[in-house]
Amino acid sequence: MDQQMASDSFALSCPIPIQQYPAIVMAHGGGGRLMHQLIEKMFVATFASSALSQRHDSAQMELPAGRLAFTTDSYVVRPLFFPGGDIGKLAVYGTVNDLAMSGARPLYLSLGMILEEGLPMETLWQVVLSIAQAVRKTGVQIVTGDTKVVDRGKGDGIFLNTSGVGVIEHDLTIAPQAVRAGDAVILSGDIGRHGIAVMAVREGLEFESAIESDCAPLAEPVLALIGEGIEVRCLRDLTRGGLASAVVEIAEAARVQILLEEARIPVREDVRGACEILGFDPLYVANEGRFVAFVPAEQAERAVQTLRRFPACEGATVVGEVSRADEGTVILRSVIGTSRVVDMLSGEQLPRIC
Amino acid sequence: MRFIEEYRDPESAKRLAEAIHKTVTRPWTIMEICGGQTHAIMKFGIDELLPPQITLLHGPGCPVCVTPVELIDKAVELASRPEVIFCSFGDMLRVPGTSKDLLSVKAEGGDVRIVYSPLDALQLAIKNPDRQVVFFAVGFETTAPANAMAVYQAKQKGVQNFSILVSHVLVPPAIEAILRSPTCRVQGFLAAGHVCTVMGYTEYEPIAQRYHVPIVVTGFEPLDILQGVYMCVRQLEEGRAEVENQYVRSVRREGNRPAQELIREVFEVVPRKWRGIGEIPQSGLGLREPYQQFDAERRFALSTGSVEEASECISGLVLQGVKKPPECPAFGTRCTPEHPLGATMVSSEGACAAYFKYRRGVQAAR
Repeated sequence: MDQQMASDSFALSCPIPIQQYPAIVMAHGGGGRLMHQLIEKMFVATFASSALSQRHDSAQMELPAGRLAFTTDSYVVRPLFFPGGDIGKLAVYGTVNDLAMSGARPLYLSLGMILEEGLPMETLWQVVLSIAQAVRKTGVQIVTGDTKVVDRGKGDGIFLNTSGVGVIEHDLTIAPQAVRAGDAVILSGDIGRHGIAVMAVREGLEFESAIESDCAPLAEPVLALIGEGIEVRCLRDLTRGGLASAVVEIAEAARVQILLEEARIPVREDVRGACEILGFDPLYVANEGRFVAFVPAEQAERAVQTLRRFPACEGATVVGEVSRADEGTVILRSVIGTSRVVDMLSGEQLPRIC
Repeated sequence: MRFIEEYRDPESAKRLAEAIHKTVTRPWTIMEICGGQTHAIMKFGIDELLPPQITLLHGPGCPVCVTPVELIDKAVELASRPEVIFCSFGDMLRVPGTSKDLLSVKAEGGDVRIVYSPLDALQLAIKNPDRQVVFFAVGFETTAPANAMAVYQAKQKGVQNFSILVSHVLVPPAIEAILRSPTCRVQGFLAAGHVCTVMGYTEYEPIAQRYHVPIVVTGFEPLDILQGVYMCVRQLEEGRAEVENQYVRSVRREGNRPAQELIREVFEVVPRKWRGIGEIPQSGLGLREPYQQFDAERRFALSTGSVEEASECISGLVLQGVKKPPECPAFGTRCTPEHPLGATMVSSEGACAAYFKYRRGVQAAR
């Protein structure tokens, strides 16, 4: 861990390798020398991977035996930097986490960048360093990439896309269809921090202390579950739409009724306070380092203990169970002991009047 | 969390529910005024804890619900103008006008911004002297002081490019309108705690007396609502009709005097149309003459006209406590939060939306 910290602080203090232009200009995406300089000096040197160094139109990799998992996601976030993370970290962890949710070991990433003309070179450099750090932390390689520049005003600084390939080394079926009545629902930690952290910066809301995003890679804890022999039935990372939307999706796809216990769902006090003020329900607030795991009830305790070995999952806990086959509903047992339906939102949560 | 957790304590909730069970001897119908209370009742399933003799009806206290379509249309018209920065609380953005909502205007290039306070909108006006900043001043007495303050400061500072589109409504005239209706079923009220924090509750005392109806000023947490119901039921069983204060940690009888003075300085009482109910005399606030230069309806020549509601929608009856959402044939089928036919399905605090969100399937699930 200390070594990790040391290398992180080294990376962040690296001098910017391109000093000719203080900001991105259209020519940085034009296919000429400027673009090549950007790719060579800033990207290839920083993301060091053998496939990337080949500079082919496509990457060539050795793939181990087994099923492959393949996923893609695009990242747009305003602001680009927020307490606990930034767009670069999100783009790596988000795709790695999507691979992890099928129990895959993440191997390779592609990285597409759409840069807005006028983006300060220093900002790009900070994002690139953050991507490099995240890549090291998760053990994946960036093997191919693309850079485009759009006119000023046509982008929001930086848009990123990452696709990921991972290998599935287990024989489990990890999918909603595998969920059975009686399964336990495990949540990997407290919810709502990412959404509130980003919102607080974006909207200039001030709380007593900064709320940090929960943004974290999840492949290691998931692989540890599988390594421990837990018969993982279904995994889902909680991103936009929060815990509620993820669990409703699974209930509908698996055609089961899921019972959640509100009192067992961890929400940090500062997040709860921010939600009360804004009129948000933490069940629907976005996360970037949280997931739910459905496992057989008798293995739940062992699964929780396994997850808690990892810092990103130290708050892991059982929050509910699959009660029975059903047309697909989620019921929340409230803190005062009554029940209600949990539904998906029709859009995003909007701050209310009073 | 302090001031939240202790009002959600399951043991205390059970004790209050038992006290209500012991007190009730016959059926009573009680209306909670505020949409925030309706939301909490549905979210925490508070009505499940009540004896079957008690019927809770949901009142008109949802500012998003009762804002007339015509005003939404005016907001849409203003927000579409290139010179305007249109500021609103978040939950007004999804309310459909005749042709579209404010979110669509934003998608079409209108400068629509969510703000958390009208004073933020005023700051925006000061920072953008070449633009017209309009704030959508919606709400009950709760939001009136801040809106009044924004206009007051705009006048003091001579901010010429700030105005508000006013749709302020008042609780007591709505209660009277409900009580005067020949179809009224309400026997007791839970008044809205936050409104009374500003206004106090002296204006409810003549209503309680005149209509012989108990009114309990009530908070928004589960224990507040249960205690409010308990106090109301006790009055009903004892034949009393008084104004009582459950929300003592926030409400004083006289309310917040400086806030009231500010409201009176800037606003005057005017007739207002309520979506789903119609015009109620002396039921809203409009800008007083010295502040009318900040009235967006005056500053911009806006089209006027009245709009017909979907004929199938019974939101007016729901808002007045005559019917409950599931009694509507369109509920959950032709009318959903994605495609609302009327006011009470539009806002997250509307009674129909609350039933839709928290209730579908619960009965079947038990």
